[in-house]
Amino acid sequence: MTAFEPAPTAAPLTDAQPGGRDLAVRVRGVTKEFGSGDSVTRALRGVDLDVPYGELLMLVGPSGCGKTTLVSIVAGTLEPTAGDVAVLGFDLVAMSNGRKVRFRRDHVGFVFQAYNLLPALTAAENAAVPLLIAGWRRAEAVAAASDVLDTLGLGDKLTSLPSELSGGQQQRVAIARALVHEPRLLVCDEPTSALDAENGRITMELIQRIAVQPDRAVIVVTHDSRVYSFADRIASMEDGRIDSIAAGPRHVESVSPARPSESL
Amino acid sequence: MMWIAWKMLIGNRVKYLGIVFGVVFAALLIAQQASIFCGLMSLTISQIRDTAGPDIWVMDRNVQYVDDIKPLADTELFRVKSVPGVEWAVRFYKGLGRARIEEGTYQQMILLGLDDATLVGAPEGVFMGSIADLRKPDAVIMDDAGYKRTWPGEPYRLGRTFEMNDRRAVLVGLTKASRTFQSFPICYTRYSQAVLFAPPERKVLSFVLADPAPGADPREVCRRIEARTGLQALTRDQFVWKTIRYYLEKTGIPVNFGITVLLGFLVGTAIAGQTFYLFTVENIRQFGALKAMGTSNLTILWMVLAQAMQVGVVGYGVGVGLAALFGQAVRGGLRLSFFMPWQVLAITAAAVVLIVLLASLLSIRKVLVVDPAIVFRS
Repeated sequence: MTAFEPAPTAAPLTDAQPGGRDLAVRVRGVTKEFGSGDSVTRALRGVDLDVPYGELLMLVGPSGCGKTTLVSIVAGTLEPTAGDVAVLGFDLVAMSNGRKVRFRRDHVGFVFQAYNLLPALTAAENAAVPLLIAGWRRAEAVAAASDVLDTLGLGDKLTSLPSELSGGQQQRVAIARALVHEPRLLVCDEPTSALDAENGRITMELIQRIAVQPDRAVIVVTHDSRVYSFADRIASMEDGRIDSIAAGPRHVESVSPARPSESL
Repeated sequence: MMWIAWKMLIGNRVKYLGIVFGVVFAALLIAQQASIFCGLMSLTISQIRDTAGPDIWVMDRNVQYVDDIKPLADTELFRVKSVPGVEWAVRFYKGLGRARIEEGTYQQMILLGLDDATLVGAPEGVFMGSIADLRKPDAVIMDDAGYKRTWPGEPYRLGRTFEMNDRRAVLVGLTKASRTFQSFPICYTRYSQAVLFAPPERKVLSFVLADPAPGADPREVCRRIEARTGLQALTRDQFVWKTIRYYLEKTGIPVNFGITVLLGFLVGTAIAGQTFYLFTVENIRQFGALKAMGTSNLTILWMVLAQAMQVGVVGYGVGVGLAALFGQAVRGGLRLSFFMPWQVLAITAAAVVLIVLLASLLSIRKVLVVDPAIVFRS
């Protein structure tokens, strides 16, 4: 962790920041273009976004509006064309590729729409992958991953292959994999889109119950309006921009009186 | 992470077996064809190896290989003997003779004439009769393969007679001998007898076999013989390699075998490469996920190379094992020469390493350029 420099561009928090808490994610004026010349596609057109620690933010919007591009940039898997991105105090724009790899390894957890579990590994082994990437011994990594799976209710499926698990169970393994190394930023891409309503609800409950912590931020990209109720805030995107950010039902429950929609 | 690479590889059994098959095919073909080639080459030098005793072979300057006989004058023996550092030297005849068998059929034979006094160069595997029986009139010792070829289906029997150059020959012994390139029966006899069996020529001495004095360097003695006599003198190993080089350079044998080996290499590389690439493409999202989760490109590179090497080791083992089984199977039955020295194993291993490296090149490029953000695309 000492290998990373704090982002010099991270602006100090102001009262305008949601809840007045420290920011885990600070995005300013980010644009992203694909292609060049006449065939250039502008996926992001000057996005500003703040996500404080302890918050579950949902990014919503129609297909092609730039949600996945934005979350890829925040997660450090994609370079912005312009703008500033500070995540967990690190300036991702100034960061070298090698450091970005280590940043993702140490600080970011991923939950993917297609789970992306390794089909040849058991549930426990799949969940242990981030620890193996970090250099843990296999036995210790699998033991730690087994504990997390047990917490997620998959204690009896530790040795099952992904092909032997239901979609909901696979997504729970993916959540265990995302949390096993205790990242400070959890990025979930359409975590419920491949699940039925019940499994989608269970998945979001698990993310909310286990992943949302005071020292961690969670960003969920979703189309699934059924799970909006789990959000602290909901950022709506349209045509490469954030249209509005509304307080989610969870926020409404915890902060009284309810805050109106705010625009950035 | 190498463990994950290994699990990923064997997790897809069909692809895994497909890649291994490509390597097995190449390793089998390369090892088998190279071993048959080495077997053939060993046939060309079998008579040098089987001629026990002398370390130095002296011959005409223009002799290129062991069957390339250019007769010398008998006096050359004494010139060789007079060279300092030569402990002893004897005459040796090697030629082809035509034998007329009792039944009236003819059989071409390799005729080897040993020094009358010492019988230097006599075969070491006599299993019926004895070498000393060569001193009897008209005596010959034949190799067992030659006996079976001359009298097929008949039991071994000493005392059989046949004619060579209208001279009576009596079989007094049978010996084990290495097969020769020409596959003719081999007849050992005394030098004085051999020149009678052979067609008349003005000069009949084929080689002078010599041995260096104790402590003398055989190569140095050869140089002295050449300087003093103007003949060609080679150590046994030098003559072996000169003969092999002749077949390598002057015949189409290496080209024919080389083409087969090259085909095995290319086909094996194509099968392994294509299947390995498909395997990588199939797992590209998994590699993308690993990269997104913080696996470096260097680690990914090692993972792919580890997968390729794992396939290489298994494919090499199975391929070479099958080639060895083939060699074992044809040892007694088919008249197919098969010799698998360690060099064949080393060359096959090098070829397999090259195959898996080539096969993994496309895959390596694919995984290195894959954008970790691929995992966010559905």
